Amino acid sequence: MIVIESLTKRYGSATAVDAVSMVIERNSLTVIVGTSGSGKSTLLRMINRLVEPTSGRVLIEGRDTESEPGHTLRRRIGYVIQGHGLFPHRTVAENVATVPRLLKWEEARIRARTEQLLAALQLDPALYSEKYPHQLSGGQQQRVGVARALAAEPAVLLMDEPFGALDPIIREKAQDDLLDIQRKFGTTIVLVTHDIDEAFRLGDRVAVMSEGRLLQYDRPEVLVTRPADSIVARMTGSAERAMRLLSLTTAGEAALPLASDGGKEDAPVVRASASLREVLSELLWRGSEIATIVDENGTPCGRLTVAAILARGRPS
Amino acid sequence: MSSPGFLLRRPASARDAPALHGIDRLGALLTLVGAAGLFLLPFVAFKANRILPGDPRGLEQVLPVWAALTCWATLAAVAAVALLCANASLRLAAALAGLVVIAMALATAANALTPPHNRIVRVAPGAGFWLLLAALGLLATDAITRMRPGPRARVLLLVLFLGVVGLTLAHGTFDNVSVMREYAVNSSAFALAARQHILLSLGSLGAAVIVALPLGIFCHRAPRLQPGVLSALNIIQTIPSIALFGILMAPLGALAAHVPLAAAAGIRGIGAAPAVVALFLYSLLPIVANTVAGLKRVSPATVEAALGMGMTRWQTLRSVELALALPVILTGIRIVLVQNIGLVTVAALIGGGGFGTFVFGGIGQAATDLVLLGAIPTVVLAFSAAVLLDALVERLDRVRQ
Ligand SMILES: Nc1ncnc2c1ncn2[C@@H]1O[C@H](COP(=O)(O)OP(=O)(O)OP(=O)(O)O)[C@@H](O)[C@H]1O
Ligand SMILES: [Mg+2]
Repeated sequence: MIVIESLTKRYGSATAVDAVSMVIERNSLTVIVGTSGSGKSTLLRMINRLVEPTSGRVLIEGRDTESEPGHTLRRRIGYVIQGHGLFPHRTVAENVATVPRLLKWEEARIRARTEQLLAALQLDPALYSEKYPHQLSGGQQQRVGVARALAAEPAVLLMDEPFGALDPIIREKAQDDLLDIQRKFGTTIVLVTHDIDEAFRLGDRVAVMSEGRLLQYDRPEVLVTRPADSIVARMTGSAERAMRLLSLTTAGEAALPLASDGGKEDAPVVRASASLREVLSELLWRGSEIATIVDENGTPCGRLTVAAILARGRPS
Repeated sequence: MSSPGFLLRRPASARDAPALHGIDRLGALLTLVGAAGLFLLPFVAFKANRILPGDPRGLEQVLPVWAALTCWATLAAVAAVALLCANASLRLAAALAGLVVIAMALATAANALTPPHNRIVRVAPGAGFWLLLAALGLLATDAITRMRPGPRARVLLLVLFLGVVGLTLAHGTFDNVSVMREYAVNSSAFALAARQHILLSLGSLGAAVIVALPLGIFCHRAPRLQPGVLSALNIIQTIPSIALFGILMAPLGALAAHVPLAAAAGIRGIGAAPAVVALFLYSLLPIVANTVAGLKRVSPATVEAALGMGMTRWQTLRSVELALALPVILTGIRIVLVQNIGLVTVAALIGGGGFGTFVFGGIGQAATDLVLLGAIPTVVLAFSAAVLLDALVERLDRVRQ
């Protein structure tokens, strides 16, 4: 658990972060979203003390981050930045081994960990270990950046616009991978983005910032249904809020029980992991009133009607 | 002093000499130069003693007919290859064959013209020989550049070249050539001069690196002070070397006179001390400027990542910033080393020692051979340093870029 207590950063007379307080649960994925210059990066970098706060404090698992030197603190916290910041003069394996080396792990353990991580991020160690960053694609570099941040098994991972440089298709894949990794390693992730869609897609909780202040910090559906003020409302997109709400629920979660007759033969079939927004779009396209939901194995596990979906698009 | 371009890196545009109607333009120019050297200028100069002006002799006057004919025939074949052939290895082979032939002709001429046991007469290479050497040297350089050897191959070629020259000299092939005669008389002074020359160049470089590297890092960290520091160093760079030696003589002399410790450490108004100080001052700008440029080249994201991973400031500087700036910094060091090897020659004027002793001694006595005894090793030294450091820079750049 990370506790942020009225954290403030001033540069001269300008206030980059203004008395922000928030509690980040263990094993959660928190997204900080806001316009450019709203203080997201500054807030994130005060958590690992790359930026020293002007006032306020940060507690990680109850321990004040000021109680140890900044560099040893940062070795326990993963950090990924936009454009990955890989070391161009070091191989992929050496890049990933950075923090374990700083922590003086044994070579065998470093090698095992490096291979495990590269494999987990779908980079065949035999193929990529000895390559240099410039020999990789943008998406691969980004994955190496994540592997490097996770190398020393940090409990907390900070990410500053990690997917900013990726094209939309690779970006979506990278987001899925991140969710997988969070599930696999149980890391507490704090991610900064200025892309509200990304925030809604990834965040267990979303923090909205503007001009250094934290406007609202809550579950995504609360941000849509009960925005704290007009800025949050504008950001979550008042015109689209119903659709956004639908995109937060999967077909599996909203499924109605299968009809006893087994459902209509020609009903469109959708995966349980699809969002209600996707299901609705599919139904509109096919001119159908009802969809059959199937699990990963393709076995029908429920059904959804247009009326049921529409009911979900209204604040409850 | 600049080093010859042989074995150095060249921009890509200079690599492929354009051909005109099947005739290689560079080959045509070199053939003209070589032919002028061969037919219009003396191949050797025969001198009754070391300071008398030489009596010019052509190739046909100093070699047996068959040898002269072989020589001409070989050079004609080399010219044909230079003019018509585009194959780089063949061009290199031709140039090397030409070099071997003129070197052997020089040695043979020197042996033939020197009466047995005579230590007074001198057979010096003439203007014709030097022109031929230049033309063939350029042909070889061009061929090697066209072959685009990697850094390792270039160092290997340098070692091979130095090895062959060294072995030939040690074997005594050129013992009757004037410069080697001069060497025989001065061999112990030569060894001393070589030691001094290398020590002065490397010593001033070392001192400069120790000061300039931190200064460069400081300039990078404090961008506001950077223009001031760089322009101060720039002003030093514009002072002519002899003037700088002169400027330094007074304060160093005063220091020696008033501080016994300084005098005990060998500091004098003349000698090695002002030479080292002057070279040190000249060395600062290239290293500071290149350190700044190299550090500027490191992306801020990389530095932020290093700090974010938990590297200390010092670890970040050493293993990320300096490591990435190294090729650029080494380029600065290369400039300084080559520059120093040349400038040390001038230091002989104020008693700094080194090969310049021979150069200025030779000028004073009007003994060209002595001048050459100082000049040739200086050029070879500067040239070797340039090749080695260029190769090192390219190797680092290749891995890291
Ligand atoms: N080192 C600094 N010195 C002075 N001002 C700074 C510094 N770092 C950030 N700021 C200012 O603080 C404010 C917040 O910056 P920050 O980088 O946290 O914004 P951000 O939300 O991450 O923006 P972006 O989406 O563009 O990355 C900006 O107005 C910025 O100009
Ligand atoms: Mg930012």
